[in-house]
Amino acid sequence: MRAVTAGPHYREPPMTRVAASRAAPGLRRDPAPTRMAYRMQRLWLTPVFRVLMRVGLPAFIIVFVGGVWLSDAERREALNSTMLGVRNTVAQRPEFMVSALSISGASAPLDKAIRELLGLKLPLSSFDIDLVAAQARISTLDAVEKVEVKVGVGGVMEVTVTERQPVLVWRRGDALDLLDPTGRRVAQVLARADRPDLPLIAGEGANLVADEALQIIAAAEPIIPRLRGLVRMGERRWDVVLDRNQRILLPADQPVRAMERLLALDKAEDLLSRDVLTVDLRSQLRPTLRLAPNALNDLRVAKGIVTAESDL
Amino acid sequence: MTDLYQSQRAMRNMRRAAMQRGVVAILDIGSSKIACLVLRFDGPERRRDADGVGSMAGQSQFRIIGAATTRSRGVRFGEVHVMNETERAIRTAVQAAQKMANVRVDHVIASFSGAEPRSYGLAGEIELQDSVVTEQDVARVLAACDMPDIGHGREVLHAQPVNFALDHRSGLGDPRGQIGNRLACDMHLLSIDATVVQNLFYCIKRCDLELAGIASSAYVSGISSLVEDEQELGAACIDMGGGSTGISIFIKKHMIYADAVRMGGDHITSDISKGLQVPMAVAERIKTKHGGVHATSMDDREMIEMGGDSGDWEKDRRQVSRTELIGIMRPRVEEILEEVRARLDVAGFDHLPSQQIVLTGGASQIPGLDGLAARILGQRVRLGRPLRIQGLPQAVTGPAFSGAVGLCLFATHPQDEWWDFDIPAEKYPARSLKRAFKWFKDNW
Repeated sequence: MRAVTAGPHYREPPMTRVAASRAAPGLRRDPAPTRMAYRMQRLWLTPVFRVLMRVGLPAFIIVFVGGVWLSDAERREALNSTMLGVRNTVAQRPEFMVSALSISGASAPLDKAIRELLGLKLPLSSFDIDLVAAQARISTLDAVEKVEVKVGVGGVMEVTVTERQPVLVWRRGDALDLLDPTGRRVAQVLARADRPDLPLIAGEGANLVADEALQIIAAAEPIIPRLRGLVRMGERRWDVVLDRNQRILLPADQPVRAMERLLALDKAEDLLSRDVLTVDLRSQLRPTLRLAPNALNDLRVAKGIVTAESDL
Repeated sequence: MTDLYQSQRAMRNMRRAAMQRGVVAILDIGSSKIACLVLRFDGPERRRDADGVGSMAGQSQFRIIGAATTRSRGVRFGEVHVMNETERAIRTAVQAAQKMANVRVDHVIASFSGAEPRSYGLAGEIELQDSVVTEQDVARVLAACDMPDIGHGREVLHAQPVNFALDHRSGLGDPRGQIGNRLACDMHLLSIDATVVQNLFYCIKRCDLELAGIASSAYVSGISSLVEDEQELGAACIDMGGGSTGISIFIKKHMIYADAVRMGGDHITSDISKGLQVPMAVAERIKTKHGGVHATSMDDREMIEMGGDSGDWEKDRRQVSRTELIGIMRPRVEEILEEVRARLDVAGFDHLPSQQIVLTGGASQIPGLDGLAARILGQRVRLGRPLRIQGLPQAVTGPAFSGAVGLCLFATHPQDEWWDFDIPAEKYPARSLKRAFKWFKDNW
């Protein structure tokens, strides 16, 4: 038995057309599609082909034509210059020109510094001004805490600056810097006398704990007239220096409390007005005093401890 | 024999692939029209809330998204007569259906009525190796059926197991898993003329389509126009087409006999054309508008204009009474029905418990046909229409489309055929492999 498939032994029947070719009356004509039309319709109904024709082909044509057109260097250059010209004509319109720079919220030296830093040759098109970069550049100035740069109406470039407020003077070797509450450098001063209103701190790493210094100074409010400054010792703890070279050695932890205790002691015993060189508060349990040499002698005499009158 | 087995299996695989892709076309190649329906499968059936309504014969799984009908060319008696014309007609139908569905169809399932179908009843039995029936045993019992001499140049179109018997219990639908000693089966085999099928294959191949299955149109119109209890209790479906009239007998939901009478509606038309001397198209129009099989006295007075544009006044103004028309039509209809009666008698239809006869097909729309058929075929005659399926356009719901609709049902739920089962294991080298595997399992 043979397979039920169209075998190769099929022969074309001799008769190819029997049906009457002229349309009979009353019969609806439904002409058969040609083989080609049939195949094209089937091809068109193939999803992949459809996508290819509707998306792939236009995309290819655009890319191909564009590529061919741009393959010539002269045309590319002409295109570039045209584009640049168009851009410039738009950028040079008066609506986009910046003719003035206004800086608000800055002191005179800062104003000058900002103008120098930006170095704008006005008038300039706002297309050529990089506001973000300008803002970043102004922010690099120490005295600037916050800055806002924008191009306002009437072609004015507005720079709104919030300055840092110095609260401390930091002596570092010969240099004197102004610090803000966070310990950030604000500016340099040439002499201490330039800012006598600000307390002085000194020592390596003093700027890193500026807030602690401020707390200590606030706590030492009763002895402010005598206070000469704070010294950071070994980047670890503070010494409070008073006039007459008196020193208060504060502990590394909780220096403010130690200071308050000392002040209480001072109020009760009038400690600091005596002839004391240092008050050592580094140990919580045992405040230690170092007396001046004369005072020590007087104390010994008063206690009846006779020492040999010699240097040894 | 293996060739046929393989090619039918290949078509089954193609059908499965088409179901996977979700789109398959149905092609009903008739003598008067070619219908193409495009089915889309929606995947497994969704559960309904309401109970009681079953799977609707499996038709809720798919819907029809494209339908087209074209006048058939080059097909006579349900067989391809002129290759090119048929191919063109198929192309027209497929293109229109594709256009409506807006989807490309690659797989097609075709049915045709001609090719002189002949039915054979086959029986086979085997001793079971172990007492439980397995799928292998079913395959073996199907293979054990003795092949009748179906004649030279003929092919097997359908080979369906219709009944299984296990020991003394008969009437089993599915014997798998049951226990017994001897398994017997009855198989219905339908053979057709091979060259006709090959011509059809060739036509469909020329349209760039893949054939995913073929069916006899008598069978598929029986599927769609017989209701469930008719199929269960025994009924015959008479599909009166244009060029041939298909007969299929069903019992227990299986087809047990199919045949075709090579006469149909086109012969009635040609009788009218010859008798009244009018063109075929006019004869067709007169037949469909005024046709009938019972003449009454009223019909003597109903005059039918025949029309025409021959230029001869006398010829173009002729009139004919409806009685005369019925007088031409009735003998031919009677002849067809007598022939059907003869085929049914040969098949032993009168031994069936229920002898329902369902008339369907385009030619069954002649008014009064059921009365005439009841006289010739028996009292229990009704006119059948295909059942309704989802998405079917109104224009193709008539009895002329019962074949196409049945083919849709056939495409979605094909009856198990002989080639759906694997080749019995003893013809396979798999057994030795299995033994080697067993040896490994035992010794390692």
